[in-house]
This record gives sequence, C-alpha cells and structure tokens, in this order.
Amino acid sequence: MDATIQILILAIPLFMFLFLGLLGKYLSHKLAGILGTTAMGIVTALAYYTAYLYFFSGDPHFQDGTQRLQYIVFNPVWLEFYGNLHINIGFLLDPISAMMLVVITTISFMVNLYSNAYMRDHHGVFEKGFQRYYAFLALFSFSMLGLVVATNIFQMYIFWELVGASSYLLIGFYYTSPAAVSASKKAFIVTRFADLGFLIGILVLSYYTGVFSFMDFTSAPVEGLADTFKISTDTAAAVLVNKFTASPVPMFMGCSVLTWALVLIFMGGMGKSAMLPLHIWLPDAMEGPTPVSALIHAATMVVAGVYLVARLFPLYLQETAALEIVTVVGALTAFYAAMVACAQVDIKRVLAFSTISQIAFMMVSLGVCRPEYHHGVGYMASMFHLFTHAMFKALLFLGAGALIHAVHSNNYTAMHGLRKYMPVTHWTFLIGCLAIAGIIPFSGFFSKDEILTACGEYSTLVYIWMSAVAALTAFYMFRLYFLIFWWKEHKVHDPHHAPHDQPWCMTLPLIFLALVSCVAGFIPFGDFVTFNGEEHTFDLDWTVAGISLTVALISIAVAAKMYMKENPLPDKMAAALPRLWDWCYHRFYWDELYMFITHRIIFGLVCKPIAWFDRHIIDGTMDAFAAITNKASCAIKGLQSGNVQTYVWVYLIGALLLGTVTYICLL
Amino acid sequence: MFDNILIYFVLIPLVMLAGVALSQNIKQIRAVAVTGSLALTALSVYLLVDYLKLRAAGETAAMLYTDSWQWFAPLNINLAVGVDGISIAMLILSSIILLTGSFASWTIMKPKAFFLWLILLSTGVFGFFISIDLFAMFMFYEVALIPMYLLIGVWGSGKKNYSAMKLTLMLMGGSAFLMLGLIGIYYNSGLNSWNIVEIAENGSIPHNWQMFLFPMTFVGFGVLGAMFPFHTWSPDGHASAPTAVSMLHAGVLMKLGGYGCFRVAIYLMPQAANELAWIFLILTGISVVYGAFSACVQTDLKYINAYSSVSHCGLVLFAILMLNTTAMTGAIMQMLSHGLMTALFFALIGMIYGRTHTRDVREMGGLMQIMPYLAVCYVIAGMASLGLPGLSGFVAEMTIFIGSFEQGMADYVGGHGSLRIVFTIIACCSIVITAVYILRVVGKLLLGPVHDDHHRQLTDATWWERTATATLIICVAAIGCFPNFFESLIKFTFSPDIFKVLGMIQ
Amino acid sequence: MDLNILCYLIPALIMFCCGVYGFITRKNMIAILISLELMLNAVDINFVVFNRFLFPGSMEGMFFTLFAIAIAAAETALAIAIIVNIFRAAKNIDVREITKMKF
Repeated sequence: MDATIQILILAIPLFMFLFLGLLGKYLSHKLAGILGTTAMGIVTALAYYTAYLYFFSGDPHFQDGTQRLQYIVFNPVWLEFYGNLHINIGFLLDPISAMMLVVITTISFMVNLYSNAYMRDHHGVFEKGFQRYYAFLALFSFSMLGLVVATNIFQMYIFWELVGASSYLLIGFYYTSPAAVSASKKAFIVTRFADLGFLIGILVLSYYTGVFSFMDFTSAPVEGLADTFKISTDTAAAVLVNKFTASPVPMFMGCSVLTWALVLIFMGGMGKSAMLPLHIWLPDAMEGPTPVSALIHAATMVVAGVYLVARLFPLYLQETAALEIVTVVGALTAFYAAMVACAQVDIKRVLAFSTISQIAFMMVSLGVCRPEYHHGVGYMASMFHLFTHAMFKALLFLGAGALIHAVHSNNYTAMHGLRKYMPVTHWTFLIGCLAIAGIIPFSGFFSKDEILTACGEYSTLVYIWMSAVAALTAFYMFRLYFLIFWWKEHKVHDPHHAPHDQPWCMTLPLIFLALVSCVAGFIPFGDFVTFNGEEHTFDLDWTVAGISLTVALISIAVAAKMYMKENPLPDKMAAALPRLWDWCYHRFYWDELYMFITHRIIFGLVCKPIAWFDRHIIDGTMDAFAAITNKASCAIKGLQSGNVQTYVWVYLIGALLLGTVTYICLL
Repeated sequence: MFDNILIYFVLIPLVMLAGVALSQNIKQIRAVAVTGSLALTALSVYLLVDYLKLRAAGETAAMLYTDSWQWFAPLNINLAVGVDGISIAMLILSSIILLTGSFASWTIMKPKAFFLWLILLSTGVFGFFISIDLFAMFMFYEVALIPMYLLIGVWGSGKKNYSAMKLTLMLMGGSAFLMLGLIGIYYNSGLNSWNIVEIAENGSIPHNWQMFLFPMTFVGFGVLGAMFPFHTWSPDGHASAPTAVSMLHAGVLMKLGGYGCFRVAIYLMPQAANELAWIFLILTGISVVYGAFSACVQTDLKYINAYSSVSHCGLVLFAILMLNTTAMTGAIMQMLSHGLMTALFFALIGMIYGRTHTRDVREMGGLMQIMPYLAVCYVIAGMASLGLPGLSGFVAEMTIFIGSFEQGMADYVGGHGSLRIVFTIIACCSIVITAVYILRVVGKLLLGPVHDDHHRQLTDATWWERTATATLIICVAAIGCFPNFFESLIKFTFSPDIFKVLGMIQ
Repeated sequence: MDLNILCYLIPALIMFCCGVYGFITRKNMIAILISLELMLNAVDINFVVFNRFLFPGSMEGMFFTLFAIAIAAAETALAIAIIVNIFRAAKNIDVREITKMKF
C-alpha cells in the first residue's frame, strides 16, 4: 500500500512548525494564519480519507469479514538498542488510531480556523507572536498524530513527551504573564513526574518481553499479509505466561511484575489525563489561550492516557488488578472533579474540572470492561465517549472563548444574561451542555449511557457512583449555563461595546461542532471500535438510559431553580454547607498540599541541604586540604630563616646526637 | 610521518599557534582561529566518512589509522596514534566546540594571548583523543590542563584566582593518581609497553594489581569527569571561566575524563572494573541526583549549569560502569550530547552575561522580550538538557536507561544483588529533577515581565553569536533526529574487542 | 714529664667549643668572625698534633695547616671587607638586623 498520504499526515504539520517557527517573522500575521489553517485543512482531508479507506474500503489489510485488523503503513527503525529492542517511528492503522486521526484533525482544524479571529484584540489587531502560535499548534498536531499512530510503546513515549512540550509552549504562550509561566511549568513538571512512572513501566515491560512493538504484546500476525495484525488476547496471555510468569522474578512486593509494569505505565496516563492525584496541572493550564485549551486540554492530549490504556488493553485484561486500579482512580477522580466544578467561578476552570471528570468516566469505562460483560461494552463506550466528548467539550471551550473574547473576563460574574447578545454562542453552548449532561438525542447521552451500562454490568456500586457523578455533571454544567446566559439581565452602558457574536471564523467551528454533537450519538460505534476488533452492534439499554435521563433532567431542574433567576438560594446553600463549599472552592486544597511538598520538603528539606552540604562539607573538605597544606607550610617555613647561627646550632646538636648514637652503637 | 591523517589533528593546532603568534591584529587572529577550526572540523568529518568506508569494507581491527613513532626508546615510549568510532565522535565534538568557541570569544580582551592558550589547550585535547599510547595520552592530558589555569586566572571573572587554583590543583591531584596508575600498568602488564591496544589484547595485568590500579586510574580520570565527591572544582571553575573556556572545559575536557575512564580504566582492567564497580556506581549514582538537586537552588546561571554538568557527566560514568554494550553506547552518546548542549548553554550564558553584567537569575527576567534569539536558543538548550525527543539528550539518556536497566535486571535475576537496578531507578528520577531546574531558570530568566528596565536597551545576538549558537543547535538536533547513525558509529566500535573484554567478565 | 697527646687535644677542644659557642651566640659580625677563626685555629692545632703523634715521618699535616692558615687569612680579609661594606650601608653589623640583602 502506498504510504504517501500517511507520511504527509505527519510531515505537513512538522513542516509547518519548522516553516512558521523559523520564517514566521518574515510573514504577515494574516498569511501565517491562513497557511497554518490551510495546512491543517489538508491534513484533515488526508486523515478523513485514510479513516474512510480504513473503515469502508474493505481492503484485506484492514478488514477480514467482520474483524477489523491492524495495519502498519510504514515503520522504519529510528534507534536500535540490543536484540529485538529497537525504536521505530511508524504509522499504525487500526480502529482506534483511525478514529483518533479523525478527532484530532477535526478539532485541530476547527481550532486553527477559530484562532484566526480569536487571537486578535478588540480592534482586530493580531496578537504578538501570532506566527509562533500557529507554529506551536502545528507542532502539537504533529506530536499528537505521531502519538496516536505509534506502532510501539517507545514511539508513543517520544510523542508523549513532545505533546507535553508543545502543551508547555502553548500554555505559556502569554509568557509575560507570571501566572501563565508558572502554569506551564507546573503542567510540564507534573506530567514529567508521571512520565517517570511511564518510563520505568516501559523499561520493565521491554526488559521482560524484549520488544517495544504493540503488535508483539497485543496482536497476532495475519497469515499471508505482511504488516497486518489481528488483536488477540491470546498473544497477551502468551506474553504473560512466556515472558513474565516464566521469568526468574515473576513477583515483586506481592504483585506480579506485569501488574507493576502496567500500573507504572498507567501512572503516565494519569499524569497526562489529569487523574487524581496528578490532576493539579490541568486547571492551571487554562492560563493558555482558550482555543489551545479546547484543542489540548479538552479534546486531544488529555485523553492520551485513556488512549494508552486502550492501546495496551489486551495486556491489561491479563492483569485485572491493574484494571481495578484504573477503575478506582477513575471513579474517585470523576467524583472529585465533579464536586469541585460545582464551586468554581472561572468558567474555564469549570470546564477544566468537567474535562477531568469526563476523562475519568472513560477511564472507569476501560477499567470495568471485561470481554464477558456484554461483549466488552466498556471499551467501546470509552472510545465512543472519547469521540463525543472531544466534540462537545471543544465546542464548550470554543464557546467559552467567544464569551471571554466578548466580555474580557474569565468569570461568570462578568457575564450573566448574555443570551440575547450572543445568540449563536448561546445556542451552541446550550447544545454542548445538553450533550455533556446526557440528554437525548445529543451525543453525550449515547456514550454516557454505554458507560453506565458497562459499570452496571461490572458492579452496582460503581454504577451508582458513576450515576451520581453524571447527575453532578448535569448540575454543574447547567449552573454554568444559567449563570452565563440567564441569572440577571446584562446592563449595557454603551451599545457600541455591547457583547456580540464573533466573526464567521469563530462561529463556524461552533456551529459545526454543535451539529456533530447533535448527530454523533447515532453513529453505530460498535461497528467500528470494539476491544477485539470484531464488529458488534450494541443496543441501548433503555432501563439504564431511562434512569440516567431522569437523573439528568432532575439535576437540570435543580440547576434551573437555583440559577435561572437571580435569587439568594445559592448563597444560602453555600452558607449551609460552609466546610464543603470551602473545600470545593479551594479544590480540596490539593494545590496547597503540592506547594507544601515541593517548596517545603523538596526545596527546603532536600535541595537546600544538599546545596549547603556541597558548598560546606564537600567543598569545605577540599578547601580544608588546601588550608592544611597552607598552614603546615607556614608552620615549617620558619625553620629556613636564613640565620646561619641557627643552622649551626641545629647542626651542632645533630652532630652531637649522631656522635653519641654512633658511639653507643659501637660500644 | 605525514602520511597518517591523524597527525594533522595535532599539526593544525600547532600551525594555528604559529599563525596567532604572527598575527598583527584581532582580525587576523579571528581569521586564523576560524580557518584552523574549520579545517579541523572538515578533517574530522572526512575522517568519519573515511572510517565508515573502511568499516563497511570489512575492516575489523580495534583501532584504525594506527601508527607509531618512537619517542624515548629506553622506556619504550612512543607517539602511537589510532582511532575508533568513539575517538572520532570525540574529535568531531572537539572541533565543533573549538569552532563555536572561537566565535563566542570574538571580542575577547588580549586576544592574542587568549587564543594562544586556547589553541594550546585544544592541541592537548586533540592529541589525547588520537593517542593510544598511555604516556602520550597522559602528556597531552597535562597539556590540556595547564593552559586552563591561565585562561581562568587571567580572563576569568569573579573569584578567578581562587577558582583557577582550585581547578588546577584538584585536576593535578587527579593526574597524580593517574600517573601512578599508568606507571603501574606499564610495569605490571608484563609487556613493558604503553600501548593500549597491546595491553588490552594481552590482558595480562595481574588481578591484585588491577584491584589497585583500577581505582587509581578511574579516580584520576573521574576527577575530570566531575565524579562525586571530586566535583567541586566544576562549579567554581566554570563560574569564573570566560565563555569559550567554559565551553571547551565542560564540552570537551570533562569528556576527557569519561573517555579516559572508558579507554584506560575499564578497557584495560575489566575484572577489577567488574568487582569494584559497586563503589563507583554508588558514587556516580549519587552524582546524578545530587548534582540535579543542587542545581535546583542555585541562583548563578553558571552554577546551575555546572551542577547540571555534574549530574549529566555522572550519568556518563554511571553508564560506563554498567559494563554493558547498550549502556556504554549511551554513555558515549551522552558525552557527545552533553558536550554540545552544555557548550551551547555556556555560550548563551556568556552572551547574556556580556549584556546584563550579571549572572544572578534573581536580577534578570523577561529576557525573551529583549533578546528573543538568545532566549529561544536558551529554551532549546534547556529542552535538550531535560531530554526532549528530537534533541540529543533524549537519545543518550534513553539508551543509558535501557542498557542500565537491562544490566540491572540481569544482575538482579542472576543473584548479583540489586545495586545496579536500584541506582538505575534513582538515576531515572533525574529526568524529573532536571525538568524542575531547567524550567525554573527558563521561567525566571526568560519569561515573565522584564525585571530590570535598564535591560530594555540591550541588543539581541550579533552574527558571530548567531553562528556559534546555530551551529551547536543544528548538531544537537542532528543527533536527536538521526540517532541511529551515531549509535551505529559508536556501536561498531564495541565489536568485537569490547565483547572480548566484557566476555572475560561474564 | 711526658707530654700526652691529650695535653694538646683538650686545649684545642676547649678552643673549638669556645669558637662554636661564640659563633652561635654572638650577634656582632666581627665577634662571629673571631669565633670562626678560633674554630679554624683549633682544627689547625689538631692537624699538627695528629701529624706529629700519629705519622711522625710525614709532613702533610704541617703543610695542610699552613695552607689552611693562608686560606683563613684570605677569607678573613674578604669577610672584613664585606662587614665594612655592610656597616657603611646599614650603619650596623648586628646579624639580627641584617636580614635583607636588598639595600
């Protein structure tokens, strides 16, 4: 198969990054924006074409009856270590990577388009560093695409680091603001810490198996076709038995080594996907430009952790202990983030916590997935939710961007009652909220329903817990919606400066994403993505759906009661539960805890003492050697006084002593 | 004598010395320095191409281009030369850093004397890398050390006398150990030869002598490789040294240490290396995290970078001690990578210092708005240092970690203790700490609001500064993007001889 | 009475010791020079005595003594010249004061 298209998918963004990064300052702002957007448009078209070919062409490399296959388009060696251990940079086409190609390029293109208008001030003057912004967006798209099409775990790690770096660059885009700088630093360091776990996990896994390639962990080659594989839990089981169980050290501290490896790898996913307790960077990352939040911190990069678990899912199935950890972490995070989202003032923070909560939904869904439960519905549901969430969350963020651009503030207190001034934003935002709340027929309803079904199959406790989170989700999203668009009427002092809808390149993405959110739920996702590649039609479980719909509607009603019209109810609530309110408002003091650990313990009790030790003890010892030598020579230099009389005196005594000794000896 | 290509690595610097001595003004000096170092770079690249051609043609000798000229017959001292992939990598590194260093010291005071000493220093460096005679190696090593004293003492800044004295004395202390070790090797190999290849092939140093001579040579070179606890010359020395000297020192001279540890200590005495590795593994493992933690709280840019060098060079020695091909390949990659990246760092720090006249991060801020070119280069250097894929640091570190983990697990599974695996994991932690101190500096120094309004009038990089930094960045990115080429260059070196050496252990 | 060798050696020893004592303790250069001469002459006496008692047939000791006296005279002349010059320059011939050659 010709790989030109796939090479171009990766090469165009990389080229745009280098081109805009190196030569951007010689281009006009407008041209840079158009170039960046066009390039992304081309990549989007190529990615759609690739996904279309993959899903619909029926090529024997892609499909064997109802079984979807994995196909490696190209895979050159990048770096060799020993034995079969080598890093390749390749392009893997399989159901989830094809789906991710669509998601990433769509959102990226929308964001590129949107930014043309967003990254200007009120008078339409482009912001400083506009070209740099587009260069970074291209770098991000390149890294993210490289991540999802990775053929081996180390390629994933490479692009994993690259998306981290591009996220760092984009969060810190407004680099003159100290808040943005510290947020970007925090994001990088927290995810780096998580990546340490990921790296060690890779080291363990690769040491035991002697390979990096995903195919060797999770798939079996298809006979007669080169570079084509079939997802196979048997391969994963064989890896477990042959490599791990048979090794001299199958257990470590009570858990099997494979569990350790998978948990450590999941730690990397926890960092990127902002799972508790490594979530603290994501709310701060909202300091970046809003389109960046939509692209990186809502739709694509933050789901990399979910994607990682999904990618290694057959291995995770071998060690259900690791999956249980995924479930527990996900469930706790989902609830925590939903609680916090109810008490935030900054609309981007609300959306950030909602993102954390929704990603946790996907994690839980993977965690509860077992092949025996309803044909592994959890895996499909997770990927489905990833897809729908990317669309509606990007929509919400872009809508928030339009609001922020209109009122110049991130806080809903500066908004209130905007529905009449910004109708397009209002309606699209409402669609986004309905989708995330899980109201039929919007996309979130279908995917969330599948997740709840999967939870219900696994355990009633998880089901109830996640339903409660879903209720909270509907509540805080509509709290946000009502506080922005209703609450009280907006007072306009100057009709020229009234908030208004934004130019077409900002509204078009909103409308497009809103449309997708309306119809995406009807995609028969099981035909495309399942845990083992077998097509399977999942029917909606109407009991679960009915319950979740009722719960969501009740939550929305509560939110409407509290926030639709200006009233003292919210304040009363906050006053009634002061402790809870405080903790939610301060995000359960996680940031303070981390501040304490990093500043007091790491800096204060590790770094500073080490630096002191180095300067005073180690260096002091070296200086002491010099000082002792110096002192000793000072002490004995008096002997060489130049005074001949002293010399004679010493000589005389010496001679007499020598004489005496000789005499005694001869005696 | 002149038909051997390697001898030109020493002859060209000598010609440059003469050229600088005869120069009348600064323009001529610059011309000589740049032409000479370009010639050296071209020569080393030619050597690389030719070497690969020879290897591809099936040449399997350990060292190529070998030649030997008698120097002092009674003690059998020769000027024996020869290179393998590692030496070639080091020669390329040295010539590039000499070239960029010449650009970085474009406007140095008293240029004639400065360049004379600088070129004398690089003569020593080049001589060291092409020698395979222990005595010649030692002599070139000393030639490289002594000019450092004057370069720091005369052209330095801050506590320059103290630092120059400290650096020279500590390194001299190291070379005292080294001399002892080398003489011991000469008398105990049973060959009465100084030739590394002969001694290694013979492998006849008695075990009890190895146990004594290995620590001597390892510590001797280790001092130059900034091994804990003999690293304290590095922060003071680098902080006081002028830009080009910092670049050469951190970029090349510290590599002499790692190269020497590999080429002499481990290559000649593998059994002792295997038995005594644990002591030095602990020391170098400490170096890695200790340097990184220390760097977190420094406020002087050069101190930060010097401690970061302690950490990175600690990783080099750490990987060498794994006695495993992958980790050793990684160690050499790390030498290359660290050499280029730290030279870039010191060049940039020198350029920033030349403008702001301070190196204290607390007194600067928002330089990105004032000197964007330098600031972007600094960020790139930082990213290379914290191991971003696509730049050289990542490749080197990952190769080291994979190799160390392999060896560590092999030890653990084989019942040889868990020291290696534990220290490998500790060393892995350095990737996080590195990110902390790099981003801290980038955040404070380059980003955020402008700290001092006087800095607003400062200018961005001049063309010679751009040349120096761009060259280094291209090299860093080249290694990072096409690592397999460099790894195969190095890896080929390990076979078959190093396997024989390593085979004696296992 | 029979003159024993000791009758010569003991006075020479006393003389030598006086010379050593004077050389070490005196601070005046002239006095030091005189002490030096005392030591030299004590050694000369020893030469002569040993020659006379141990090797009566030969005359080398006598000649050597004469040679030493000649050298000592020359040396004394030189030393006194130096001392006079130092005195001219420093107005002082106390060895404790004359510690620097650079005037």
